[in-house]
Amino acid sequence: MTTWHLLLLASIAVLGIKLLGYAVPPRLFDRPRPRRTLELLTVSLLAGLVAVQMLGGADGIVLDARIPAVAVAAGLFAVRAPFIVAVAGAAATAALLRQLAGLP
Amino acid sequence: MQTGSVQADAVRRAWRAALSVVVATSAYGLSFGALSIAAGLDLWQTMVLSALMFSGGSQFAFIGVMAAGGGIAGVASAAMLGLRNALYGMSMRRVVAPRGAMIPVAAHVTIDESTAVALAQPEARAQRVGFWVTGVGIWLGWNAATLAGAMLGDLLGDPKQWGLDAAAAAAFVGLLWPRLRARQAIAVAAASAVVAAALLPVLPAGLPVIAAAAIGVVVGLSNWLGPTTTEGP
Repeated sequence: MTTWHLLLLASIAVLGIKLLGYAVPPRLFDRPRPRRTLELLTVSLLAGLVAVQMLGGADGIVLDARIPAVAVAAGLFAVRAPFIVAVAGAAATAALLRQLAGLP
Repeated sequence: MQTGSVQADAVRRAWRAALSVVVATSAYGLSFGALSIAAGLDLWQTMVLSALMFSGGSQFAFIGVMAAGGGIAGVASAAMLGLRNALYGMSMRRVVAPRGAMIPVAAHVTIDESTAVALAQPEARAQRVGFWVTGVGIWLGWNAATLAGAMLGDLLGDPKQWGLDAAAAAAFVGLLWPRLRARQAIAVAAASAVVAAALLPVLPAGLPVIAAAAIGVVVGLSNWLGPTTTEGP
């Protein structure tokens, strides 16, 4: 499958899931267990994505400037910095560490 | 008369809340646009994601897997991250009560932010205003910012030089952060990150995240509150 196929498939899936919310009887998911499961599914996907984006590389795990950069972002989120500020802070940290400290 | 002015006041507050969320959220469409180009997608592909998929977490997940060379796992990650929107739709259906052709429009702008702003309003009319202004406003702002970010990304060259790879990881930290209030969620997040990292050298791109998602499902179904550290590799 080409990138186009994949992205259209994914977009239609996400859109279809949104429509599903307006179509299925609310009773079906509007209970503690499915609610909690969906919330924790989201948490575990996002946490997994943090790990993979921070550590993933050509050969499995690669340790580089992304780790201190993510620590800076977490610190900024902890003090309730706006999303764009924290993300830019992470990028700047990684860029500077690579430029000035020669980190990979 | 008095109830009328109280309602008008609530509606004004809903507008204000919605617009501030629109500005803040749209801004990070810039980072999505730049990261999508860095992930190897072209300008049109990037724009179609923002216009059609229109769900930040799913979009970032999709381009992340694409950047790592994964295929169908990107579709699965995006779809699973989009599942929560169905939950939002169930509560927004009662709040917004769209009819006919407005149902797909309402569904399309049903995201974290429009749901949160709607639910934060004290009465029905303000809730509807909060939902529509936030949802439609973010759609417009998010797409405009994506376009700007993508054009910027085209000029940047090597994404690592600008720390854009770290920005991708930080974006997920930002999406995760507000969900880490309860101990159970923190435990699930920690275990999922460890499992995904441990599986990185073993599984093809995209699959470590999907494997880690099983932790959320298992803990959610069993409501296991105990220490999840034993879930590690």
